[in-house]
Amino acid sequence: MPEATSPILLPSTQAPKPVAATAFTRRPRVLGPRALLAMSWSAPFMLLVAWELFARLGALSPQVLPAPSKVFATAVKLIEQGRLISDLGSSLLRAVAGFLIGGSIGFGLGTLVGFSRLAEALFDRSVQMLRAVPFLAALPLVIVWFGVDEGGKVFLVSLGVMFPIYINTVLGIRQVDPKLVELGRVTGLSNWRLISRIVLPGALPSILAGVRYALAVAWLALVIAETIATNSGIGSLAMDAREFLQTDVIVLTIVIYAGIGVASDAIARALERGLLAWHPNYAKGARA
Amino acid sequence: MSEINLGHGAAEALAVDVRALQRRYGDRTVIKGLNLQIARGEFVALLGESGCGKTTLLRALAGLDAVDGGRIDGARQPAVVFQEHRLIPWDSLWRNVALGLDDKTGRPLALAALAEVGLGDRVDDWPRNLSGGQAQRVALARALVRQPRLLLLDEPFAALDALTRMRMHTLVRQLLARHRPGVLLVTHDVDEAIALADRILVMREGAIACQYDVPHEAGGDRLHPQAQALRQLLLAQLGVLPALAA
Repeated sequence: MPEATSPILLPSTQAPKPVAATAFTRRPRVLGPRALLAMSWSAPFMLLVAWELFARLGALSPQVLPAPSKVFATAVKLIEQGRLISDLGSSLLRAVAGFLIGGSIGFGLGTLVGFSRLAEALFDRSVQMLRAVPFLAALPLVIVWFGVDEGGKVFLVSLGVMFPIYINTVLGIRQVDPKLVELGRVTGLSNWRLISRIVLPGALPSILAGVRYALAVAWLALVIAETIATNSGIGSLAMDAREFLQTDVIVLTIVIYAGIGVASDAIARALERGLLAWHPNYAKGARA
Repeated sequence: MSEINLGHGAAEALAVDVRALQRRYGDRTVIKGLNLQIARGEFVALLGESGCGKTTLLRALAGLDAVDGGRIDGARQPAVVFQEHRLIPWDSLWRNVALGLDDKTGRPLALAALAEVGLGDRVDDWPRNLSGGQAQRVALARALVRQPRLLLLDEPFAALDALTRMRMHTLVRQLLARHRPGVLLVTHDVDEAIALADRILVMREGAIACQYDVPHEAGGDRLHPQAQALRQLLLAQLGVLPALAA
C-alpha cells in the first residue's frame, strides 16, 4: 500500500482503539424501582420541609411566602367559615358548565365537519380563523357583553374548550381506518350503525386526547376569568386576599388550582383507561 | 347503460349472474364485458396476474365500487372475507361476528358461528389477542353467520403461514359443505385453487380467458396426476410455464 495516501482515505486495517469500555458496561443496580420512586417523592417533600423551616426561622417574610403550615391552617379556617367550599363549588360549577357547553359544540361541529365535505366547506375555515385568536384576548369584550356575571365566565371557558375538542374530533374521524368503514358497508350497516359502531369508536383516542387538553384549557380560562371580574369563586377569594395582603390565602388558591388541574388530568386518564381498554397503547400499565 | 338488479330476476339456482360487466378507470377499461355465473354451493376460484382486474371484479360484486355497464343479478348482500381480517379492534369477538345482525338474535348466532370455527371459548376476547390464523377464522365466522348466497374471498389466506393455510383449507371445506353458498375465491395460489375449487377461471385483461373444471377424482389431493396436469395447464395459462405442446 503506498505511503502517500491521505489519512482520510486510509483503509482501516487497524482495529479502532478500544473506547473506555467501563463507560458502557453495566454496573450492578444499587437502587431498585421502589427506592427510585421513594426518591422521586422525597425531593418535593424536602423542598416543602425547607420552605417551612425558612419561614419559621424568619428568613422568609410571611408577606412574601407564608409557611406551608400557615397555608394549611388558613384552609381549615376558611372551610370552617364556609367560604372555601362555596367558592370552590361555584368555580367547579362554572368549569363544568363551560366544559359541557363548549365540549358539545366542539364535538357536534367536529362530527359534522369530519363526515361531510359540505359542512367542512361551510364551517371549517371560520372555526380555524377564530381559533387563531387567543381566546383570552376576547376577555375585555366578554366583560362588556356579559358584565361580571356567570355568563361571561362560562362563555370564556366554553370558548377555550371548544377548539381542542373540535380539532381532535375532526382529526379522529378522518383517521378512522377506511378498511373498517368498507367492511361496515359490505356488512350492510346503516349509516347510523356505521357511525356508532365503527367511526366514533375509532375516533375516540383522538377525541379523548382533545378532552384531556381541553380540561387544562378550561382551568386556565377560569383562573383568568375569575381573577379579572368576579364576586364568588376561587379567583375572587384570591382577589379579596390581595386587597388585604393575605398572602396565605393567595397561596392557598394557587395550591387549589394546581390540585384541581392534577385531578382533572387523573379523570382524563381514567377515561382513557376505561374507554380504550382494547387499545394496546392505553391498556393497563402501558402508559405512565 | 348500467344496471344492478338485486335479488330478483335471477334463476334461483344461481348465487350470482354477471352479464357483460364493464368497469373503467378513466380511459382504461379494467373489466371488458365479463360474464360469470356461479351456482349455489359451487366454489369458483379466480386466478390471474396482478392488475388483470380480479380485485376490481370482486369489489364490483361486493357492491363496493360502481360498475359502468352490464348487470349483476342475484347476490343481494354478498359476504366478503378480505386478505386482512378487518376485525374491529374495540369489539369483542362475538360482537365482531354479530356486526350488523339484529341485536337480539345476533349473540346466539355469533356464538354458534365462533364455535363452528373452533373459537367458542374466546367469544369475549379482543381481536388483538388472536394469531393471524385465528383472526381469519373469526372473519370467516362473521361472513358465514349471515348465511350469504354468495361468499367472496379476496386472497384470505395469502398472509398466513403454510401450515396455518392448509388447516384453513380443511376448515373452509368443512364449513362450505355445511353452508353451501356460491363462492368466488380470488387467489394467486394455483395449488390453493386446485385444493378448494370446483371450477377455476383464469382472468386476463379484464375478461375470463379460460376455465377448467377441477377433476373430482383428485379430491383436493394436489399430488394426484390429474391435479398435477391441471396445475401445469394453469401455470402455462398464467405465463409461468411455457405452454405444453398439445
